Amino acid sequence: MVFSNVLLVFMMSLQFGMYGLMIENSLKALTGHMQVQAHNYVDEQKMRQVVPNIVPLADTLREELGSKQVAARARAFVLASSDDRSYGIAVLGVEPGFEPEVSNIPGLVAKGRFLAADNGAEIVIGAVLARNLKVEIGDELTLLGSGLDGSFAAAIVTVVGIFDSGIAELDRSIAEIPLQHFQDTFFMDGAGHEIVVNAADINSAPALEAQVEVLLPDNEGLVVRDWNRLQPGLKQAIQADMSSSFFMYTVLVVLVAFSVLNTQLMSVLERTREFGIVMSLGMKPGRLGRLVLLETCLMGLLGAFLGAALGALLTAWFSTKGLIFPGMEELAQQFNLPPRMFPKITWLSLLAGPLVVLTFSLVAALYPAARMHWLQPVAAMRSAG
Amino acid sequence: MSMAVKCVELCKTYRQGDAEIKALDHLSLEIENGGFVCLSSPSGGGKTTLLNTIGGLDKPDSGEVWIAGKRIDQSSKSELAELRLRQIGFVFQAYNLIPVLSAQENVEFVMQLQGVGDAERGEKSQEVLKEVGLVGLENRRPAEMSGGQQQRVAVARAVVSRPALVLADEPTANLDSKAADSLMDLFTELNERHGTTFIIATHDQRVMAHVPRLVKMLDGRIVDDIQQQAN
Repeated sequence: MVFSNVLLVFMMSLQFGMYGLMIENSLKALTGHMQVQAHNYVDEQKMRQVVPNIVPLADTLREELGSKQVAARARAFVLASSDDRSYGIAVLGVEPGFEPEVSNIPGLVAKGRFLAADNGAEIVIGAVLARNLKVEIGDELTLLGSGLDGSFAAAIVTVVGIFDSGIAELDRSIAEIPLQHFQDTFFMDGAGHEIVVNAADINSAPALEAQVEVLLPDNEGLVVRDWNRLQPGLKQAIQADMSSSFFMYTVLVVLVAFSVLNTQLMSVLERTREFGIVMSLGMKPGRLGRLVLLETCLMGLLGAFLGAALGALLTAWFSTKGLIFPGMEELAQQFNLPPRMFPKITWLSLLAGPLVVLTFSLVAALYPAARMHWLQPVAAMRSAG
Repeated sequence: MSMAVKCVELCKTYRQGDAEIKALDHLSLEIENGGFVCLSSPSGGGKTTLLNTIGGLDKPDSGEVWIAGKRIDQSSKSELAELRLRQIGFVFQAYNLIPVLSAQENVEFVMQLQGVGDAERGEKSQEVLKEVGLVGLENRRPAEMSGGQQQRVAVARAVVSRPALVLADEPTANLDSKAADSLMDLFTELNERHGTTFIIATHDQRVMAHVPRLVKMLDGRIVDDIQQQAN
């Protein structure tokens, strides 16, 4: 019981820690905790579904929220060409001064630097894209696409930085240029597509979302979308993982319950003679049954306490040292996770497992306890047990 | 005189493979309060079954059992347990002490079930252990005592809460003659001093000679009921 509780506490803490990392790492790349967008932008992703006057609105949000973690963006799909090759990519117009506050891409620049000038003809691209286009720092790229008004849009930009996020999809298909240059190139007339807003942590995001909603101008069709709606796949992946884990935990709890049933049943059978004696001396079957339940209850409480305590210690140790899963690098990369996992202990991960095990143990002890009602003192005293 | 025990037309049959064994065969018996009765029969004669039936440990197939004026053969397990706790003391052939408890704890066990307080329990158990001659052995566990000493603990446990009725099944079977005599003297003394009714199942001739009333059984029936001059 103690072992299973330790296992449950540790596994659930590890899982919650992993989910936390999955969410934070995925959101840190581009999505953020929430975004202000045109109301149908997520469904249609059309160039014309814009947030008008996006930079002043981002400034207002920063000022009103008292937070720097607000950054405006615009997005377009273009054909990026080097001297040798061309690839279709998503180019983001970002505010160079504020993008590092909401995204970890600026910090992932492995070669060169991140964007500096607000209106510079410069670009930061992913490492895989750089390799595919065969460009290096200082090389020029031509971007060809459609402007907001449907006209032809083109720009020549210099590669100033190459980022390496470790996420192949991101490194292959994303590039960033200054927002103002983007607006000029794509005839945006001061508009953009999303304002990314980050909260201090994921738990305080809903409260911040409500604050942002109040600050949005009326009649412009703008909405705030939280990360759940922006990246439904992430939540689904977590839910799918939780479902499979729930099955595993259920099996573990059922195994523990059966082992408790077996232990208690054996312990009751072994003491049949003693039970017969105490019944012959006047102990009522109900009282004897309650004693068996109390015994299981004390055993369960001790198991829950020791399991939770040892599980917490184990989790605390690994939460500082981290845990490496050999051969899991690819999977970790897929979910934008580091190769080293850090379990995160919460009240839920600490108490849920041991309490469920305790409950099931008590349920499992009902049968041995009920046997006391069927026990015949004379037959019991004859028992060799 | 009011009856401590009254059995009316008791029948009890056991099955052993295809064979039916009549442990009690239309047996009727009355024992008055303060009686000192010995049930004797060859092995398998039904005396242990009769004792267990009187004590509510076993139920008859038919017939009636009355203890202190109350019919018990249709009582629930809880009511029977309560009856044993408050009115009946058992002395078993195999002592049936609780192995993990000391002599004093074994004696106190029944009082603990009765809800008697710590101090009173300690006082009464010391007193009864002195009565049965076990002073100095209070803290010994059953495994650390001789058969005679264990049987004395069992007797002390049976009589400590002064039950109206003591049922003893082959109490001298594992004792030497000196210990057996000593035990019977103890029973006689308790019977005379406290008016406790004793029913003793035995085929030990020394015990039979010791009691004022001897009930002889054979194949579940009473074949003789003798009032005798006890030794």
